Amino acid sequence: MGALGRLIRTTAFKLSLVYLVVFSGLTLFLTAYIANNTADLLDSQINDTIQSEINSLSDQYERGGLRQLVSAVDLRSRRPGASLYLVADSSGRTVVGNVADPPLSLLGLSDGAATTVSYQRLDGETSRRYDAVVRVFALPGGFKLLVGRDIGEISQLRSLIFDASRYAIIVMVLTGFVSWFFVGRSVLKRVENMAETSRRLMSGDLTHRLTVKGSHDEFDNLALSLNEMLDRIEALMTGLREVSDNIAHDLKTPLNRLRGRLEETLRRGGPVEDYREAITSAMEEADNLIHIFDALLKIARMEAGSSGDSFEALDAAGILDEIVELYEPVVEDAGGRLTLETARPLPLKGNRTLLSQALSNLIDNAIKYGQPEGGGLSIALTGTVEDGEVCLSVADAGPGIPEADRQKALSRFGRLDAARSRQGSGLGLSLVAAVARLHGGRFMLGDAGPGLRASLHLPRV
Amino acid sequence: MRILVIEDDREAAAYLVKALDEMGHVAEHAADGDAGAFMAEEGGYDVLIVDRMLPKRDGLSVIEDMRKRGDHTPVLVLSALGQVDDRVRGLRAGGDDYLTKPYAFTELLARVEALARRNRPADIETTYRVGDLVLDRLSHTVTRADAEIPLQPREFRLLEYLMRNAGQVVTRTMLLENVWDYHFDPQTNVIDVHVSRLRGKIDKGFEKPLLHTVRGAGYMIREAGPDRGGEAAWARSGG
Repeated sequence: MGALGRLIRTTAFKLSLVYLVVFSGLTLFLTAYIANNTADLLDSQINDTIQSEINSLSDQYERGGLRQLVSAVDLRSRRPGASLYLVADSSGRTVVGNVADPPLSLLGLSDGAATTVSYQRLDGETSRRYDAVVRVFALPGGFKLLVGRDIGEISQLRSLIFDASRYAIIVMVLTGFVSWFFVGRSVLKRVENMAETSRRLMSGDLTHRLTVKGSHDEFDNLALSLNEMLDRIEALMTGLREVSDNIAHDLKTPLNRLRGRLEETLRRGGPVEDYREAITSAMEEADNLIHIFDALLKIARMEAGSSGDSFEALDAAGILDEIVELYEPVVEDAGGRLTLETARPLPLKGNRTLLSQALSNLIDNAIKYGQPEGGGLSIALTGTVEDGEVCLSVADAGPGIPEADRQKALSRFGRLDAARSRQGSGLGLSLVAAVARLHGGRFMLGDAGPGLRASLHLPRV
Repeated sequence: MRILVIEDDREAAAYLVKALDEMGHVAEHAADGDAGAFMAEEGGYDVLIVDRMLPKRDGLSVIEDMRKRGDHTPVLVLSALGQVDDRVRGLRAGGDDYLTKPYAFTELLARVEALARRNRPADIETTYRVGDLVLDRLSHTVTRADAEIPLQPREFRLLEYLMRNAGQVVTRTMLLENVWDYHFDPQTNVIDVHVSRLRGKIDKGFEKPLLHTVRGAGYMIREAGPDRGGEAAWARSGG
């Protein structure tokens, strides 16, 4: 019952049932209509035939008397598929005709009225009776003329039509049930499949995906968009897992250092100055932790895609101008050069603060890691429009990052070993990447030959 | 200065009230939104420090009510939410400044003092004077001892902000926000370099420096050097 019950509760079953009822009703109506009309038509044809026979026979009688009528009836009775004929005298005795023992009451019928009777043919088997429509016509001299037409064919036709419609309905119901069974079962199977996959996903295995059959039907479309959603969820979950792993490592390490330093100071005692120094360094460490935490939150918020409402139409060239203006003195003081070369305008839709922060992070990085050996710092900012994208890039002339290490540099807390010893959250580039994604763009690391080129590709408006 | 602190964390509030008292202000405390709204309505405060998330009543609604009443007392919004849109929401509700938790007390103090001065005549004055340094906001000129000092537009705005808050500590973050309109902290000491360039232009060659660095807090422009007591208090409060 379980499987059948499920099959009965499907939408396919309910739809099949509705269609079945509707089409059966239609078929019944149609056949009844056709049968009825056909019967009417045949009836009127028979009546016409009977009437015309009566007319011609009574004509014969008027012209040649009884003798001519008798010979005419006799002649007509012998034709194949002949009508029924009977001429009786006033006492009801048969004069001529092909009907055996006609009911006497028939001859008492008034002129012209048609009626249906059961009769026996003179030439046929005696046991068999036929149905016919007959009319009686009174001839001058007390004779009566009966003309009739067999209606067996009409009955046959009628039963043929009703049989046909009966079979049609039976076949329809059967086909309906069979198609419901197969369609319902295949739909049920696909839904079951989806339910099974989602159960697996809920149990924690996010790698499963719904099957896409390639038939481009609604199930495929549903499966495709659900799969996209799952990809996004998986990416978020992976990100979350990475973050928690990295938090465990990169936040606990400084916390541990902080605690150790305070404990050591407390244990050792000593003059107030020592305490003061320990507290100051502890506060610096705390500030650094807060900074890491803020960056993490910012990235998480951006990856959830929730800053979109703060977007406005911007000219990125203006953003570049401002950030260059902010950083130029620092770079010059470090004995370097900061240059800007940009197309104008660079129209895009975005958030000025986030874009500025992304550029600021890139310049900070270039200052920290982009110092060429034995040369002066040289940082070049460029703004271009390429293939409908606004491209903002920061290039330095430093050692660069080997291609194999670039992916690692982009990951969260991904500080290359060379950079690990220096202070920093390790989140700078992740934040830039998150800003690019939030703006519907990409962040890429490339070769500035020599040096590193970090570029933001953002959709142009 | 009378300051009302509306903050539900009693320990943090007690620390804040004590520190503000030590700096010579009179601070009062309300522990939830209702009490805070009531005390704010009583009035008489120079600055309000309002936490965003409060029991009984949201901090932003307290500010909105004040503004509807026509009460323009400056408000510093404190919040654990520090994203761009949170800040915008806080300022839209009627807050005058926004500070993200956790914060350094020096940062909070500098901002509170800057807010208290906001409604003073300094805003409508057309010239700022500190000693023999004069900044004319209309003609965009700066002179010291009657000699004109040419400044870049950004340097002019930096000096303008410092002089408007003359005698008060201005933090690096305040400068970034008010002079550059950037609401993030660069990793590099960009502000220090800008200030030292400005100092090179206005103080170099003069016997008495006007632009002072306040250790652990920020910068201050004033005629006399920072008084020893004051600096010690700042250093104590900030570290």
